Amino acid sequence: MVARVQLPATAKAGELIEVRITIQHPMETGFRFELGGKPIPKNVINSLLVRYNGAQIFRAEMGSGIAANPYLQFHTVAKQSGEIEVAWIDDNGERGVEKAALAVTSG
Amino acid sequence: MLKRARRRFFSFLAGVAALPLLAARAASGQPADPFADLVRKITGGAAVKPGRVTVDTPRLADNGHSVPLSVSVESPMTAADHVRSITLLSPRNPRPLMATFHLDPAAGRAQVATRVRLNGSQRVLAIAQLSDGSFWSGVAEVEVTESACLDAT
Repeated sequence: MVARVQLPATAKAGELIEVRITIQHPMETGFRFELGGKPIPKNVINSLLVRYNGAQIFRAEMGSGIAANPYLQFHTVAKQSGEIEVAWIDDNGERGVEKAALAVTSG
Repeated sequence: MLKRARRRFFSFLAGVAALPLLAARAASGQPADPFADLVRKITGGAAVKPGRVTVDTPRLADNGHSVPLSVSVESPMTAADHVRSITLLSPRNPRPLMATFHLDPAAGRAQVATRVRLNGSQRVLAIAQLSDGSFWSGVAEVEVTESACLDAT
């Protein structure tokens, strides 16, 4: 699975930063059919966890109501340099992890 | 002869016109509304007050497969007073519960954006749970010209 975690290049300590995540995933609803009429089983990323230097900052439980190739955007406060790690799991039990480094300047 | 046939025809028409009224009455007589039940399940029976939650979507979505949606909640996001979770609900989707986002004070700002699937025009509902246990809601009306879930039966 291909994913991308986007952060500002640098941030001051205490600054509000925007975290944007996209993951390549069909988010199969379970309502679609193959050409032969066989139903395509539901397979969505049901759980996603975001950690900042090991501490959880965001969690999402998603269903078939989230569009394919899910996009998430939220905020967090920059504290110290480190990395933001996004981990997820889909209905088939397939896991994915993507990390992004954050450089925090003091003041 | 012809007059009687016409009369019968008109009385038949009146009967057909009354059918949806009867159906509506039967529906309102039932206490079980699946969407209200779902909201009750999320809040645990607590009251949901309108306000403090803003749902931002385009007024008109050409395509229901991917509709940008942003939710923000008025909150200082401090340890004492912050948003715990935001739940997105779409009354007309086959699965109305779209997503739940869990936040904590470290977020700094109670705002989340994503892209959702919408099965037709509807009022998208967002329910936020604050750290004091209260629930607040906001709605956004979206007109969807091409719905998602066309294969749904």
